[in-house]
Amino acid sequence: MRPTTAPAPLLFVVTLAVSVFMLAPIGLSVLAGLVKNYSVGVKSGFTLRWLGEVWENYGSTVGASIGIGLACVAATVVLGVPCAYMLARSRSRAARVFEEVLTLPVAVPGLATALALILVYGQMASFRQSFGFILVGHIVFTLPFMVRTVAAAFQRDELRALEEAARTLGASFAQRFLGVLVPAVLPAIVAGCLMVFTLSIGEFNLTWMLHTPLTRTLPVGLADSYASMRLEIGSAYTLVFLAVILPVLWALQALAATLQKRYGT
Amino acid sequence: MKPSTAAFGTPRWLLPALAAPAFVFFAAFWLLPVARLVALPGEKGWKTYFVVLTDARYAQSMLNTLTLSLVVTAVTLVLGGAVGIYLARRRFTGRGVLISLLTLPLSFPGVIVGFFVILLGGRQGLIPSLGASIGLSGLTFAYGLLGLFLAYLYFSLPRAIATYTAAAEAMDMQLEEAARALGASRIRITRDVWLPQLAPTTLATGAILFATAMGAFGTAFTLASQYEVVPITIYNEFTNYANFALAASLSIALGLVTWAVLFAARVLGADARTA
Amino acid sequence: MQLERTRIEIVDCAKTYADGTRGLRPTTLTIEPGEVIALLGPSGCGKTTLLRLLAGLEGADPGGRVLFGDQDVTARPVEKRGVGMVFQSYALFPQMTVAANIGYGLKVRGVDGAERRRAVGELVDLVRLNGLENKRPAELSGGQRQRVALARAVAVRPRVLLLDEPLAALDAKLKESLRDELAELLRRLGITAVHVTHDQHEAFAIADRLAVMHAGSIVQVGDAEALYRAPAHAFVAEFLGRVNRLERDADAVARGVVRLGGVEWACAPLATAANRTASASVLVRPEDLQLGPRRPDWAAATVRHRTFLGERIHLRVEAAGQQPLLADVPRDSPFNVGDEVGLWIAPDRLMASMETAA
Repeated sequence: MRPTTAPAPLLFVVTLAVSVFMLAPIGLSVLAGLVKNYSVGVKSGFTLRWLGEVWENYGSTVGASIGIGLACVAATVVLGVPCAYMLARSRSRAARVFEEVLTLPVAVPGLATALALILVYGQMASFRQSFGFILVGHIVFTLPFMVRTVAAAFQRDELRALEEAARTLGASFAQRFLGVLVPAVLPAIVAGCLMVFTLSIGEFNLTWMLHTPLTRTLPVGLADSYASMRLEIGSAYTLVFLAVILPVLWALQALAATLQKRYGT
Repeated sequence: MKPSTAAFGTPRWLLPALAAPAFVFFAAFWLLPVARLVALPGEKGWKTYFVVLTDARYAQSMLNTLTLSLVVTAVTLVLGGAVGIYLARRRFTGRGVLISLLTLPLSFPGVIVGFFVILLGGRQGLIPSLGASIGLSGLTFAYGLLGLFLAYLYFSLPRAIATYTAAAEAMDMQLEEAARALGASRIRITRDVWLPQLAPTTLATGAILFATAMGAFGTAFTLASQYEVVPITIYNEFTNYANFALAASLSIALGLVTWAVLFAARVLGADARTA
Repeated sequence: MQLERTRIEIVDCAKTYADGTRGLRPTTLTIEPGEVIALLGPSGCGKTTLLRLLAGLEGADPGGRVLFGDQDVTARPVEKRGVGMVFQSYALFPQMTVAANIGYGLKVRGVDGAERRRAVGELVDLVRLNGLENKRPAELSGGQRQRVALARAVAVRPRVLLLDEPLAALDAKLKESLRDELAELLRRLGITAVHVTHDQHEAFAIADRLAVMHAGSIVQVGDAEALYRAPAHAFVAEFLGRVNRLERDADAVARGVVRLGGVEWACAPLATAANRTASASVLVRPEDLQLGPRRPDWAAATVRHRTFLGERIHLRVEAAGQQPLLADVPRDSPFNVGDEVGLWIAPDRLMASMETAA
């Protein structure tokens, strides 16, 4: 759509109001984590004390969340990409049913999925109390996103032609899957990874039910600090969350954009 | 799984084999558990399934959740649509930054949004403090319906802004130019050109917003709101009363309602496409 | 570059799709070693289906056979057939360079790096892409991409080269220049080639023989001139160039004449052979209508419409007893709308619209 410069006062006002509504709390939160006393405000001066306390109490959750996020990405790629290919190529009814079923975890509230997992696997103590339990929940929740994104890319006509071309040149399935198809859908895979990582890092509904005091992720720690600690600590912790997630998101987005430019068909 | 119809020359076991790992994982960690969950209330008698309709407290909770979700969805679609259309057609310095900042909250867990509302309107919040300094008391809004509503709005807007900006950018300018050449007013253009083109997006986004709002837990949890929503009810039943079967029943009810709305949206969307 | 010349035989191959549609009726065709044959026809005629059957991308219905030389390859999937294929969209691997694309088939066969580089270099020279070896497909023009696709297909020394509308993705001007280049390249390679197209000029320029297809069957096979001058089927006549239809009533058919504009002409070549039924219509090409001043033994016609096309003029003329006819006359033809003209057709230019009895 061509840009316009025609005045649109109502839209402008709404956009302005919404922008302030969305951005002000972020700024406020960042500020609150750095001031000495929230009730007094900026006049009380700045400090890094709260950040220090956050790191002391909750530092481990940062590593846990990033670790689970990365593991989740790896798992969804390994499980999801071949599955996406199958869904894109298969014309059988079983495939269509599976495709529908895969979208269910998105409709079912995270709480319910967590309850279900506890119901069946809650008795296996070592599994129940490990990070693996949380990871499993994350994978089940994020797999549909990866599969859907990559399957859409595999279904494009150019991909079918590429595969047929590779076949005429004598490539076996393994050769053409790894050498031609996966590189061709790489932008979609990276977009999927971005989505999965983001969803995993921010996941709370499911994780809160599945966690134990020893297996806490960042969002779980945040909830804990909001309930039991001062506003300043909660704010500082939120700041840590932002500082962790923003660079990763931007890096992945930049990666996706570069890939699209270099390899776009 | 039935053997699939693969291309000539590829072995029949290939496609199922590719999907098998995902299928096994999914069956073990979702299908099986959810099936068990769905069967659980039955163990306490089949009436347990309908507890959301029979027990006044739960019915109220469901009604609360439905109302809140519908209102939030409607307001978000309008505001998000306005912002999306505006941003799609303008170019100014910082536009890219603004858009990424506005869609940043997509990655926030609901608890952070609840926290933001507390920062703004909790007992020590910014607005009550400002109000107190000019003599107005009782401006604490975080723990009531208003606070909950604002929080839900906050985590819903980024999704609407993201999808509407993309959809508005893809809108055909020529349709609008044709309408203007024929003398259509702003309102007419909005109604006859913009809205129909954005209808598919509205339907799809509305469905996602509704589903997210229905299942949202962290936000209400942080705000410890008086206005009880079903996810909180489920949580309380399970954690405080160890009432697994009841929690399961409510989860099923919640899941059914959400799925029904998503399904309806998909069917309507498909109908519109083939019409 | 010397490539094998293989005879291709298609015997009774048909293709029925899963939903029941017949993509191809039982078809038999022999392609001589080193020959370039074009499968020509409108969309949906089955030409691409036949090509894909040859490639091994689709399986023929039971009973059909495909032979490359003496080998029956019917059951072999495409990976094992040794065909080279150029796709309509070229299907160049986007993340690989030109050199990597061309060498892909060799890499897959385990040819070592040095040998691969040599072979790729030879092909780059052949298709004149020197200097572009390290570019990616996105950086190339349409014509360059087509050449990469060709080089890639030929690199593995296939027994037959299959081209699926290779010029369809190009604009008109480029199409013409590339058409001649492609024809020349195919001749130089000497490989057996099957070329699918809906563009008759492309087929005329590139192929040695044409197989015109319609509704899943091959209607007529022959070289361009034979098909143009002596179409065996109304469809072929109408598909290759323009054609006028002259209708005849039962009496005219019985007497072997055609009537228009007050005269009656014998239609000699319309033999009523035993296995053919002379149809009610006779076909004639617009360029075979001769116009001049009114004469007693010429048909009487009136010019109704005139279109100046640059090198030719199209006139729509009406003669009694027939639908308006299209005449294609030279640029300097003096006739205008409303003129009363005489019309004559040389007897050997009247073409039978004979349908073979089913």
